[in-house]
Amino acid sequence: MTAQSVGLLALFLAVVVLCTKPLGLYMANVMEGRPIWPLRVGARFEALIYRLCGIDPAQEMGWKHYAIALLVFNTLGGLLVYGLQRLQFWLPLDPEHFTGVSPDSSFNTAVSFVTNTNWQGYTPETTMSYLTQMAGLAVQNFLSAASGIVVAVALIRGLARHSAKSIGNFWADITRSTLYVLLPIAFVLALVLVSQGVIQSFSAYKSVTMLQPVTYQQQKTDAAGNPVKDAAGNPVMESVTTRTQTLPMGPIASQEAIKELGTNGGGFLNANSAHPYENPTWLSNFLEMLAMIVIPASLTYTFGRTVGDTRQGWAVFGAMAILFVGLFALCNHSEQLGNPRIAALGVDQAASALQPGGNMEGKEARFGIASSALFNTLATVTSTGAVNAMNDSFMPLGGFVPLFNMMLGEVVFGGVGSGLYSILIFAMIGVFIAGLMIGRTPEYLGKKIEAFEMKMSSVAILVMPFIVLLGTAIAVSMAAGRAGAANPGAHGFSEILYGFTSASNNNGSAFAGLSADTVFYNTALGLCMWLGRYWPIIAVLAVAGSLAAKKRIPVTAGTMPTHGPTFIILLIGTILLVGALTFVPALALGPIVEHLILWGR
Amino acid sequence: MKRPPSNSILRPAVSLLILMTGILGVAYPLAVTGVARVLFPGQAAGSLIVRDGKPVGSRLIGQPFSDARYFWSRPSATRPQPYNGLASGGSNLGPLNPALTAAVEARIAALKAADPTNHAPIPVDLVTASGSGLDPDISLAAAYYQVGRIARTRHLTPGRVRALIAAHARTPWLGVLGEPRVNVLELNLALDKLR
Repeated sequence: MTAQSVGLLALFLAVVVLCTKPLGLYMANVMEGRPIWPLRVGARFEALIYRLCGIDPAQEMGWKHYAIALLVFNTLGGLLVYGLQRLQFWLPLDPEHFTGVSPDSSFNTAVSFVTNTNWQGYTPETTMSYLTQMAGLAVQNFLSAASGIVVAVALIRGLARHSAKSIGNFWADITRSTLYVLLPIAFVLALVLVSQGVIQSFSAYKSVTMLQPVTYQQQKTDAAGNPVKDAAGNPVMESVTTRTQTLPMGPIASQEAIKELGTNGGGFLNANSAHPYENPTWLSNFLEMLAMIVIPASLTYTFGRTVGDTRQGWAVFGAMAILFVGLFALCNHSEQLGNPRIAALGVDQAASALQPGGNMEGKEARFGIASSALFNTLATVTSTGAVNAMNDSFMPLGGFVPLFNMMLGEVVFGGVGSGLYSILIFAMIGVFIAGLMIGRTPEYLGKKIEAFEMKMSSVAILVMPFIVLLGTAIAVSMAAGRAGAANPGAHGFSEILYGFTSASNNNGSAFAGLSADTVFYNTALGLCMWLGRYWPIIAVLAVAGSLAAKKRIPVTAGTMPTHGPTFIILLIGTILLVGALTFVPALALGPIVEHLILWGR
Repeated sequence: MKRPPSNSILRPAVSLLILMTGILGVAYPLAVTGVARVLFPGQAAGSLIVRDGKPVGSRLIGQPFSDARYFWSRPSATRPQPYNGLASGGSNLGPLNPALTAAVEARIAALKAADPTNHAPIPVDLVTASGSGLDPDISLAAAYYQVGRIARTRHLTPGRVRALIAAHARTPWLGVLGEPRVNVLELNLALDKLR
């Protein structure tokens, strides 16, 4: 670790801790509808929305009603995104005249954006119209994030309420979390990003005359646009010289803000947050990183506050933070060490006052090592999946970290809402295991954890490894799956494993060498994203409903406290044990063997 | 539990989705655009550099340079041409991929051919492709590495070239935030102005 990376981490964590309490408190007030001033100001607008939609915000829902409402709302959102992509050619705001997107790619992208995954098989700047991006994709960036928040809030209510039949009103929850939490923060963040150079423009793409012409080879095409081939069937290349560079445009800042804040991660442009038009400076980078983590971190406080003991929230925060620091340190160290095969060519990879050094393949000069490692670690512990450097070109252990982050189930801060509800499920499994060890009935926050909760928790946790490993196994056994890998050997396997892990965890980042815009990958990964999102959500809502109905039992001398260091260690242990034991064999075939080949003798 | 009537779900779902699409998908980006156009018009439009009335590039988007008289940018993996604004992305070559080592070797050979007397170790960012393929910057080390070649081809003293780099250099704020770097297009435009 260089002094710079330690300083950056310390400064970043300090800012996160400072934001956690105020934002967490604010969200607790918003979700309980307490009359704080933003709610009073927005009350009439909110009431108008309810009236137009025929919603009675005071009507409480049981968990099944809540789950059905969520599924229907998300499915309709998916259909809208699908339709916008297929029909964009006939719709306005398509200055580059992009045609409709293919059915399989549209399906994949629609699922990807409603499930908060933002896996992208397509190249945005040559595929998606401005309308598709802002009215389809960006809307789901908000609503999928809000969907995650409301499930977490429902689970918190399940823990906080007792002898209750209901867990809240889905429509009111989703409206409040969107209007009072996501929208105002995104608006301010978007404007700050523009000040740094992120573009926000509806004009057509711009052409500039470069300082020096560039000559390159490209495939020769005939008048009809088909590639010309020689007698042997090889494509004929021609030499082209140009001084023109075409710059993409679009309403990027407004989408960039919610992309990070909602832990979505879908880039307006192909290079995502590595693109200077999405992430131009260290300040934009710092704010994008903060936006990814600030809601998941603050929700731990919302949780503690709502269950009436903020220490409970800080204990969860502590477990997350400890895991996070370790994971970042490993990634940063591996990247700073650099690539021994490039060092052998006489290249200078040492950090100095004049250069970041390290493994710079796939990284931007303005981010160097520390900001790249921190950004990509954050994007994979949360479910953002944005990248400001290419994971595929990370060192073996540097790329292991984002992969492992997702395999832990994205509980280290995690997605907005999904991180908290997932780690609370781990907490219940943790107290259950501890209960077995000391022979007492497990309980969490005064609620007995019984057979139904444990069944649902197991369902919530096991579906992800199941579809990751099954999907990877199918892909590597099929020609259509193997064809996607771009790199030879173990790294090609890592690309496929990473793709299924990313989709099943609704992360969306990639070892981007994988050619995933094929019928096979669009379909397989689309199914993984859908199952990986809604299967756990239904199980979590079932737990919420069951807990809400229980009586609260008083704390006794035999109650295990769930706010101290013992509980934090127990929680970390449970997360690592489940994650590591499930995935070690698969990891050994990918990044671990690659590391041994690279550094072994 | 009583099953909820189906219209108690479908009607709110459809109408809320339409309303939210209007608020989040139309009003919100338009509002950001409107305010951005007033407060930060240059940045919102792409930070273009205009010379003699014509846009010659963006301050944020790099350009390829192979002329010995210019500072070279970082290698770019975009296709078919480097620094293709419509195909941003990295090489995605893994650390063990022989294609990566071969590409780095070719870049080292090109740098040495353009400046045979320079035996300093080559800064890593000058021989590795950036993540976006559009990186506008190089590290200060990569800029200083090229001083000898620029000075010779432009008949300038090395001191003058170094002073130009120093004038355009950006260094980390508080030693932590940001990286030591220089914008290649701005540096080359300044180089053309030197007499």
